[in-house]
Amino acid sequence: MNITVKLFASFRTGRFDIETGDYPAGTTVADVADSLNLPQSELGIMMINNRHVKLDRQIAEGDILALFPLLGGG
Amino acid sequence: MDALSAFIRDHSDGQLFPWARQHEAAVRFSVSVAQVEAAALQQNILPARYQRNRQAISVSDQFTIFSSCVAVIGCGGLGGYVVEELARLGVGRIVVIDPDVFEEHNLNRQLFSTPANLGRAKVEAAAARVREINPAVTLAPIQKAFSIDNGAELLNGCQIVVDALDSIQVRLELAEICSTMNIPLVHGAIAGWFGHVTTQFPGDTTLQTIYRSWKGGKGVEQTLGNPSFTPAVVASIEVAEVCKLLLGQGNPLRGRQLIIDLLSMEIQVIDLHEEIVTVASEF
Repeated sequence: MNITVKLFASFRTGRFDIETGDYPAGTTVADVADSLNLPQSELGIMMINNRHVKLDRQIAEGDILALFPLLGGG
Repeated sequence: MDALSAFIRDHSDGQLFPWARQHEAAVRFSVSVAQVEAAALQQNILPARYQRNRQAISVSDQFTIFSSCVAVIGCGGLGGYVVEELARLGVGRIVVIDPDVFEEHNLNRQLFSTPANLGRAKVEAAAARVREINPAVTLAPIQKAFSIDNGAELLNGCQIVVDALDSIQVRLELAEICSTMNIPLVHGAIAGWFGHVTTQFPGDTTLQTIYRSWKGGKGVEQTLGNPSFTPAVVASIEVAEVCKLLLGQGNPLRGRQLIIDLLSMEIQVIDLHEEIVTVASEF
């Protein structure tokens, strides 16, 4: 199934801004993050089709997943 | 105070009261420059140092700002710029809380750090700077680590709190305390070329939403560092939020997170409400 992944801020470095890829049925947000070598400790806001989701959320055909890194500096 | 008020009227140039006269009045009437400033603003006369605040900020708005107390938690990258801008804006009382002293690795970005004051308490340096740039502003330096245990006491009497911390755990504690105390919290965080800002109103769970994935430790700033320009951008947006909240003007970032990417030069605004989420950009 096709999933569009949008990456933001530092997640883009060495990866991409937006990319549509073929993923197996049942793929979760955590699976996508793992496939992109994004450490779970660095994940901040995660959204599917503009709605907030958690790591274990299954993604459906045609969904748009957006991943933002966790920022904590001051 | 009638004599003071008359002095201010007699020595104001139109609707403006020059700094030299403000200082002279303080000496002559044995009051503080802050008291002179209040007396001027109360009769609709603007201390001349604020003349370029107009028209954005009216004279009565300036009095509202002068009568306010804002707490800044953290006096590092964000906090330095926040304190500087609040003082120049004319916020009458600023409470600054930070346990640390300046270290060499602060020099690339922290506004009050200099080679000469390495080892000096950050809040002391902030107080000295504010005395220099706007003596009518009172800065209360508190060299303590903010925590859930002392938070309520430290924030007592403050109308707005600005988050300039570098710890997600303490931010979440701060958000909880602010909500309990009914104080709006302006939140900012940075890492590398990136930052975000939002404002949590009492009763909202904004920071819990932003950091819902956090399981401990620091964010990506640990690897990305913090260059000089990112704290200045994020701190300035935080101060704009404070100004709007104090004056009840504009649309604060309530339920919205402003996400800044200075590398791609993109700004996103995402909706933080749990169920219905809309986004202002194309995303």
